[in-house]
Amino acid sequence: MLNQPYPKMYLYRRLVQAKLFIDAHYAEAIDLDIIADEAWFSKFHFIKLFKSIYSKTPHQYLTYVRVEKSMELLNMAMPVSEVCYAVGFESLSSFSGLFKRVVGITPSAYLAQQQQLKAQIQKAPLTFIPGCFAESYGWMKK
Amino acid sequence: MITKMTHASVLVLDQASARDFYTNKLGFKIVTDVPMGPNDNWLTVAAPGQPGLEIVLAPVTRSMFSKETSEALAELIKKGTFGVAVFTCDDIFATYEEMKAKGVEFTKAPVKEFYGTEAIFKDDSGNWFSLAQLN
Repeated sequence: MLNQPYPKMYLYRRLVQAKLFIDAHYAEAIDLDIIADEAWFSKFHFIKLFKSIYSKTPHQYLTYVRVEKSMELLNMAMPVSEVCYAVGFESLSSFSGLFKRVVGITPSAYLAQQQQLKAQIQKAPLTFIPGCFAESYGWMKK
Repeated sequence: MITKMTHASVLVLDQASARDFYTNKLGFKIVTDVPMGPNDNWLTVAAPGQPGLEIVLAPVTRSMFSKETSEALAELIKKGTFGVAVFTCDDIFATYEEMKAKGVEFTKAPVKEFYGTEAIFKDDSGNWFSLAQLN
């Protein structure tokens, strides 16, 4: 069975390539027309097929990836103003507004929350690990 | 009465490599990452749709095993002895194509079964998993 085609294999491959393109180029000004062209679809057909597989339109998916990546960068303590442009947003206000709508708190509050979490981990690492594991790994203080 | 599972361990040969595999190739999220020693973190990841089930990426070299046991386990993992879990997805062909494009090794392409469509892949250590789209 390995390497044998399945129904609509060519179509899946094009859509996956389009998704991977967004994954790799989310920080750039992505033109969905260009992605649709590269995937050999009309824009309308492309959006419809993409949504049928990923439950999001390509634009919604791009926004999702940008917010996810911004959370990763904030976790690494990158300043909010730098994160905004690093993930492809064009203004701080649009980034903050969208981030709050998706995550529930502002990027600054999220950054502060992550910093606090890191400080807690550093101060008391064992409070983040189930005791049974910590004990079997020899991490419990005698 | 037991109500749910919150943690499950997967023994891996190299934790840094496993971190890359499970996050960048499988798309899992890091839940907890606590440095506990040189090249050894308490590291858990979760599938995006199931954040409450943490998969503990535990290096086989961890001190709970003797050197002999650790080496024996590593050999068994590399040989593909351990089938660890079943992961499900909404669209197996899209997921299969994406994972293949990212370099994940499949030992079985998607096949129609009575319960859905299923493929089998290996992680970067050699543990194997079922990938299924259920009916």
